[in-house]
Amino acid sequence: MKTVTLTIDGRTVQAREGEKLLWAALENGIYIPNLCAIPGVKHPAAACRLCFVEIEGYPRPVTACTEPVVEGMVVSTRSPRVDRLVYTAFELLLSNHRLDCASCPRNRSCELQRIARERRFSLRVKRLRKLERNLQVDDSSPVVRYDPGKCVLCGRCVWACREKGTGVLGFARRGFERKVTTFGDVPLGQSGCNGCGECTRVCPVGALTGKEA
Amino acid sequence: MNSSSIVAETFVKLQQKSRTAWQSLRDRSLILVGTATCGRAAGALEILKVIKGELERRGIDAHVLEVGCMGHCYAEPMVTIYKPGFPPICYGYVTEGIAGRLVQDFLAGDDPCLEFALAALEANDMVPALTDFPRGMIEKSIILDKCGLIDPEQIEHYIALGGYAALAGALTREPDRVVEEIKASGLRGRGGAGFPTGRKWETCRLAPGEEKFVICNADEGDPGAFMDRAILESNPHQVLEGLAIAAYAVGARRGYFYIRAEYPLAVERVKKALEQARQYGLLGDNVLGSGFSFDVDVFQGSGAFVCGEETALIASMEGEPGIPRHRPPFPATAGLWGKPTVIDNVKTLAYVPHIVERGAQWFRETGTAGSPGTAVFALAGKVVNTGLAEVPMGTTLRQLVYDVGSGIPKGKSFKAVQIGGPSGGCLPEAALDMPIDFDSLSQAGAMMGSGGMVILDEDDCMVEVARFFLDFTQKESCGKCTMCRLGTRQMLEILEAITKGQGRPEDIDLLLELAEDVKAGSLCGLGKTAPNPVLSTIRYFRDEYEAHIKEHRCPALMCQELIAYYILPEKCERSCDACVGSCPVEAIYSNEDRIKVIDQQKCVKCASCLEACPPQYKAVIKLSPPELVAERGRKV
Repeated sequence: MKTVTLTIDGRTVQAREGEKLLWAALENGIYIPNLCAIPGVKHPAAACRLCFVEIEGYPRPVTACTEPVVEGMVVSTRSPRVDRLVYTAFELLLSNHRLDCASCPRNRSCELQRIARERRFSLRVKRLRKLERNLQVDDSSPVVRYDPGKCVLCGRCVWACREKGTGVLGFARRGFERKVTTFGDVPLGQSGCNGCGECTRVCPVGALTGKEA
Repeated sequence: MNSSSIVAETFVKLQQKSRTAWQSLRDRSLILVGTATCGRAAGALEILKVIKGELERRGIDAHVLEVGCMGHCYAEPMVTIYKPGFPPICYGYVTEGIAGRLVQDFLAGDDPCLEFALAALEANDMVPALTDFPRGMIEKSIILDKCGLIDPEQIEHYIALGGYAALAGALTREPDRVVEEIKASGLRGRGGAGFPTGRKWETCRLAPGEEKFVICNADEGDPGAFMDRAILESNPHQVLEGLAIAAYAVGARRGYFYIRAEYPLAVERVKKALEQARQYGLLGDNVLGSGFSFDVDVFQGSGAFVCGEETALIASMEGEPGIPRHRPPFPATAGLWGKPTVIDNVKTLAYVPHIVERGAQWFRETGTAGSPGTAVFALAGKVVNTGLAEVPMGTTLRQLVYDVGSGIPKGKSFKAVQIGGPSGGCLPEAALDMPIDFDSLSQAGAMMGSGGMVILDEDDCMVEVARFFLDFTQKESCGKCTMCRLGTRQMLEILEAITKGQGRPEDIDLLLELAEDVKAGSLCGLGKTAPNPVLSTIRYFRDEYEAHIKEHRCPALMCQELIAYYILPEKCERSCDACVGSCPVEAIYSNEDRIKVIDQQKCVKCASCLEACPPQYKAVIKLSPPELVAERGRKV
C-alpha cells in the first residue's frame, strides 16, 4: 500500500493513498468533529455536515469524510469559514436534540458533548428555535432503550444492524420527519431485533442505549 | 456497401414513406385539436368529440388529428384548421358552440369565422399571423417548433418534417465527432444548473467500462413548471432522437426515460413513441443497419422532488430510497449500477438533434456567448398569457412579461418575478431590463432552474412567497443531511413567525446567516439552492420584512394574521346588505345608522364580504396592521 504525506494544521502526517482525509486526521490524533462516519465504508454518508475542513487550493470548505488524501495536500481543520459551518450544523442538531445531559446514560461519553468541548461550543441552543419532535421513547426491547428525540440521524445504527445484527433498523419518512425506525414502524421489542446491542455501541449520542447495569 | 450508405439508404426509404403519409393529409381539410394536458384541462376532449360528431353528421370528409401544445396554454382549447384555399388558421378559447360553428360555417361553408381566430400560422393577407404579434417577434422556436403541429403518436409526422435525420447522420460519423459537435455548440444542461452537456458526454465516453447508460430526466417537479411535460406530450420523438444520439456518442446500449408518474399522458405518449421507433428500426438491434444497438425503457418516478437530483434519481431506479449521495464520483463515471451514465434533462436532449443536424456554429448564432441557444420558459402566476415561450437566451424579463405574456391582468402593477422554482429567486422591477441567461440570473441571486417563471403583482407578499417556497423545499428535503433537514426547517419557522407578526428584530440577520450556511454546507443541489428564495427576497424586498417585524404590517395585505377587514362607513350603501348575507360566521351587523360593521372578534378573514360588496360601492377594504380598525373607529 502506497503512503502519501500531507500536512494537517501544520503537522506532517502519513496516510494510505486514497484514504479519506477524516480517518487520516483521526488516526494521527487530530480531531475533526464527526457523527456519521463509519470506518471502512466505501461510500461515506456525508450526512452530519460536521467534518468541514479547508484544503489549500479549494475555493470553499469541504467535508473531510469524502475527500481522499493526496500527496502534498495542505489541510487546516480550523478557519473562520469552517468554524461557522460546523457551529451552525452543531447548533441545528442541538435544536432538534432532546437535551437532558444530567440524566442521560451517555453523559460524559456523548459525541455532541465532545464536539462542544473540543470546539468550545455551548451546549445550549442560543440563536435558533428549539425544534422538538414529540416522539415517544421505545422501551419495549429487553436490552435496548430507544429515544428518537435524541437521535441525530447519523445512520451508524442502521449500518451496524445490517452488518452485524438482524437488519431491523432503517430510515423512514423524509425531511424533518425522517427517523430511524423498524420495518413497519413497530416497537423494537416486536421487530425481530435479536438484542445484539451493536446499535448501542455505535450510537454517538444517547438515542440507543443498553439497559444492562 | 459500407454501413454509412446502408444507413443513408434505409433512412431515405423511411423518409419517403413518411412524407407520403404526411402529404396525404393535405388532400382535404385537416383539423388539429390540441390535446396535451393543458388542452385537456380546458376541455379539449369534448371539443374533439363535437368536431368529429359534426363532421360525421354533415358527411364532411376531413382529417382530424390530436396534437400537442403550441405554448399558448392561456387560449386552450385550441383548434387549427388547414382548409385548401385558406391559410392555416388557429382558433383559441374554443367552446363546444364555436367548434360546431367552425364545422358548419368554415368546413361546410366558406366562412373562416375570423371572429374566433387567434392568428394564422403563416403570413397571408386575410388574418394576422402569430409572427405579426410582439410575441411572435421575440419567440424563436427550436425545440418547440413542431409542438402542436404534428400528431405526437405518429412517427411519420416527425420523420416527414425532418425528424431522425440527425440520428441517421450521427450514425455515419465517429462518436467522438458527435461529442465534439455538442461541446463546440456550448449547449448547457437545461435542467437547472447549466452544466456543459458536451463535457458531461465526453467524461462518460472516456470513462472505462463496457456497459454505459443514458437517462432522460423528466422528473420535472418545480411548482409552476410544465415545459418538460409539454415537450414529451407534444413531440416525444424529438427527445428520443436526442437520447439515441447521446447513447451513440457515449457508447451506451441502454437508455431510460425517468418520468414522474404524475405525467400519465407523457408516459403514454413516450411509450407509444418507443414502440413506433422500434417498428421503424430506429431503436433495437442494429439501428438503421448501422451496427449500433440501443433500446429504451420508461421508468416512472413516484413523485419525490429530490429525485430530479441525479444521484437520488439513480438510487430510486436501483430500488433504493430516492436519497442523494456525495459527488464525486459523478454519474458520468459511476452512475446507474455503478456504470458510467449520462443524465440529461428533456429540453437538453431535445436540442441535440437540431445541433447535430445544423451544426454547433448555427446553434451559437442564437443566445449569448456564455449561454448559446434558446430558453423555454413556463409563464405562470399574475400574467395575462400563461403558457410556454421559447426565446433566445439574452431576452429581457420585460419582453417576456410584457410582450410574450401581455403584462399583468386586472390593471395591477408588477412586483416581482420568481424564476427557477424553489431553487430560484425573486427579481424585482429593477431587474426587468436585464438580459437573462444562466450567468446573469445567478449573479442576480436567482437561477435559470428548469425555466419556471411565476409572475407576482402588488397583492403578493414577498415574505409569504419566500415562506411558500421554503415550505415546499422543507417538505421535499430527503432529510439525510443536517443542513438541509434542519436548516430549511429553522428558516421556515422564522418565516412563519414573521408572517404572523411574531418576528424578532434579529430574525432577518439570522435568516441570512442560516441561508448562507445551508447553501455552503448542504450535501446536494436541493439544499444548496433552497435558500435562494429567502436570500433574494431579503436582498430586494427587505423593507417588506421590516414592515412585518417592526410594524406588524403586511404591505401587500396578504398575511392573514396581519390584516383586518373593514367597511368604510362613508362608502357603505345603507340599504344594501350583500356583505351581511355573504358572511359565513355572522360577523357583520348593521349599526344604528344602518351602516354595516364587522365584529372583528367573530371575523375569520375569509374575504367573502370583500367579494360580495357591489363594485359600485367598494366599501370593504383590508387594513394592516389590524389595529388600524380601532383607530378608524375612534375617528368616526
